[in-house]
Amino acid sequence: MTKNLRWKALTILAVLVLAVVAFWPPAEKVRLGLDLKGGVHLVLRVQTDDALKVETESAAERVREELARRNIVVQSIAPDGPTRFRVAGVPGGQDAEFRQIADEQTSAAFNRQSGAGGAYAFELKPNIAVQLRDEAVKQALQTIERRVNELGVAEPIVAPHGMAGDQILVQLPGVSDVNRAKEIIRSTALLELKLVEQGPAPTREALLAATGGNVPAGMEVVSGVDERGVTGEAGATVYYLVRHVAAITGRDLRNARQTLDENNRPAVGFSLNQEGARKFGRVTGENVGRLLAIILDGRVQSAPRIDSRITDEGRITGTFTPEEAADLSLVLRSGALPASLTYLEERTVGPTLGADSVRAGVLASLTGLGLVAIFMLVYYKLAGVNAILSVAMNLIILLGFMAYVDAVMTLPGVAGFILTIGMGVDSNVLIFERIKEEMAGGKSARAAVAAGFDRVFLTILDTHVASLIAAGFLFQFGTGPIRGFATTLFFGLLSNVFTAVFVSRTLFEAYLGKRQQAALSI
Amino acid sequence: MQIFTNANFDFLRWRWHAIALSVVVVLAGAGLMVSRGGLPLGVDFSGGTVVVLKFDRPVPEDAVRAAVASIPGDKVVQQYGEASANEVLVRLPQAGAEQGFSLEEGAKQVLALVQKANLGKFEVVSTEVVGPVIGADLQRKGIYATVASIIGITIYIALRFRFTFAVGAIVATFHDILVTLAFLSFFGYELSLNVVAAILTITGYSVNDTIVIFDRVRENFRTMRRDSLAHVVNTSVNQTLGRTVITAGTTFLAVLALYVFGGEVLEGFAFTMLVGIVSGTYSTVFIASAIAIILSGRQALARAETGPAAQSGQKKPSRKARAS
Repeated sequence: MTKNLRWKALTILAVLVLAVVAFWPPAEKVRLGLDLKGGVHLVLRVQTDDALKVETESAAERVREELARRNIVVQSIAPDGPTRFRVAGVPGGQDAEFRQIADEQTSAAFNRQSGAGGAYAFELKPNIAVQLRDEAVKQALQTIERRVNELGVAEPIVAPHGMAGDQILVQLPGVSDVNRAKEIIRSTALLELKLVEQGPAPTREALLAATGGNVPAGMEVVSGVDERGVTGEAGATVYYLVRHVAAITGRDLRNARQTLDENNRPAVGFSLNQEGARKFGRVTGENVGRLLAIILDGRVQSAPRIDSRITDEGRITGTFTPEEAADLSLVLRSGALPASLTYLEERTVGPTLGADSVRAGVLASLTGLGLVAIFMLVYYKLAGVNAILSVAMNLIILLGFMAYVDAVMTLPGVAGFILTIGMGVDSNVLIFERIKEEMAGGKSARAAVAAGFDRVFLTILDTHVASLIAAGFLFQFGTGPIRGFATTLFFGLLSNVFTAVFVSRTLFEAYLGKRQQAALSI
Repeated sequence: MQIFTNANFDFLRWRWHAIALSVVVVLAGAGLMVSRGGLPLGVDFSGGTVVVLKFDRPVPEDAVRAAVASIPGDKVVQQYGEASANEVLVRLPQAGAEQGFSLEEGAKQVLALVQKANLGKFEVVSTEVVGPVIGADLQRKGIYATVASIIGITIYIALRFRFTFAVGAIVATFHDILVTLAFLSFFGYELSLNVVAAILTITGYSVNDTIVIFDRVRENFRTMRRDSLAHVVNTSVNQTLGRTVITAGTTFLAVLALYVFGGEVLEGFAFTMLVGIVSGTYSTVFIASAIAIILSGRQALARAETGPAAQSGQKKPSRKARAS
């Protein structure tokens, strides 16, 4: 063996060892995609308009309170879409004062336009809107991430998705109870504790009878399940008139956990942080004897009477199953979503289908490899062994690559492996045919091998670059499984340049090196 | 062993016949697609719901169909995979725009109705729910990826070879895509994400094949200085014929294994690849070079009259190839 050849052999051996080390043991190192492992893939959209609406409403509310404080009576203050609110009928004499108040309360985030007859429109500044939308998505991402982590899923993915910037991808491999996971992820979990001003009443009309059929400013109507027998019918809906501004929200929580109420039914106990406890203490202390509505996602869960001043502990009771209570405490711990979610896509693969796919993929790969190997041996005789070795090495390097960059193996990825076999064989065929041609032209085996590899190298380079371009765009386009396919194709092409050109040539040289006038079995 | 010993077929003589045949296939496919209102789109692109159920005993499709009859819209209920697997696929059309969690209602309804129909115990093998936003997104991305990769490859070939060759390769690629779509239509496959991936792979494969021949043409330009372009191209096609056929054969074998053993999920993908491989080989031999010659017809004539000197300005042969 010449010195040159020894170096080549060592290089090949080193690459082989590196590749095997990278993916061994394969059960641990090669990550399987959802389609092989089973699990759920969800795409959700954050309704970022919600976040803008909150901002707009709270600005309108601040203006309203300030006007009330200074006894300026306007005709109306009303939201107009998620980014705009209008004020109508500002008295002419107090116009300057109104402008001053408006500027104090809104100029940081809103542009003001004035119309005829004391009408004003306040529009959320575009840069602030963009910022609020981004924050909402980011917060939703963090919240979902916390919830998924509490679910105890191994290797979950929670990531931004798509071009629009408001989509979130959630992948939960190996989750068996898909519905529960979905419920937990998407529950808004907006907890608000609000003082009840009127009610409960069996109908909206009955509730508003005392206030002349109108909802007073700064108040709102919420509904819930009848727990006091107001309607005389179990499970019926009752209505409460509550203050718009919440005494306590989910943000004031320190912790939440599953517990039992005085009748030993499942309930959720919560404790408040310092700020929350101070606020809660004040509100409960000033309002002993009144009802406090515990509102979750806009619906009254229960409305207990305040018996005494409470500071840092509370309990949400209702008709929970133990699991519902556990899940509710989980979502309360992880915080509320800043905006509601819309469900865009779901793909669930059951574990049996995943296992079937793995079996099918392995069987198809082995059969493909076997068929190709038989053909190569029959057609190219001894040189066929060379081709099989270089294709096999290509697959090993490819596996190593995949494990090294932590790429995910999907079912289309398996197809990528099979195509890699095809490409590897193609390069070898290209070279072998050329060698045959050169030998037919009268060259010795050694010269023919040299000429064959040299001439074909450029062709292989050209074909591989063209295919890499296609694989690259496929990766760009791809969602999950297709991305797996593009990845295997891409790395397969790269490693194929090495195995088909370098490894295969070294094998030829090693074979021919021993004898001077060697004949080639090709 | 040798498939073709000194092959010397006059492929270019058949170029117009070949082009005519391709046009017929493509038009037939297009006609069929138009008559059916386009290639059926899979749930990935059209949106909708697909639920696959596995029963613990054989359940006739009709029983499942009757169970879900109350859901409005065009439903598809069919056996999924082998009969022995007792799996049934239920597909529902898109139910309208996404609102909150409205999208999953279809899947829930199917499960509730099948449960109520008392067809035996079953488990959900897979669920796919795709809303219109994602469907439109994927459609756009699929078109974008196909167009972008074709443009990228064209630029590469134009740089490495010459522009008319790039056009030849791209026409051949489009040919393969259209023929594949025609066959998908003949055999009633629908366009899914996997099928689009296969089509993009065929793009790469077809160009691959074409480049091998063009490379040989470039090389032969230097040794066959007095021959017409048509003759050089024809010789090159013949010289690489063994490789073209063997490669197509082995790749076909590998993908055939995928088609037979790869399971229901990859069937569309494997079928598309099989058609694409055959079409790609055919277009490489008959279409790509024919287009390149037809387009450079004037140059080819000029070359035949004045010799290779007139060509030298076109594209210099690569020095490296020469030196090797």
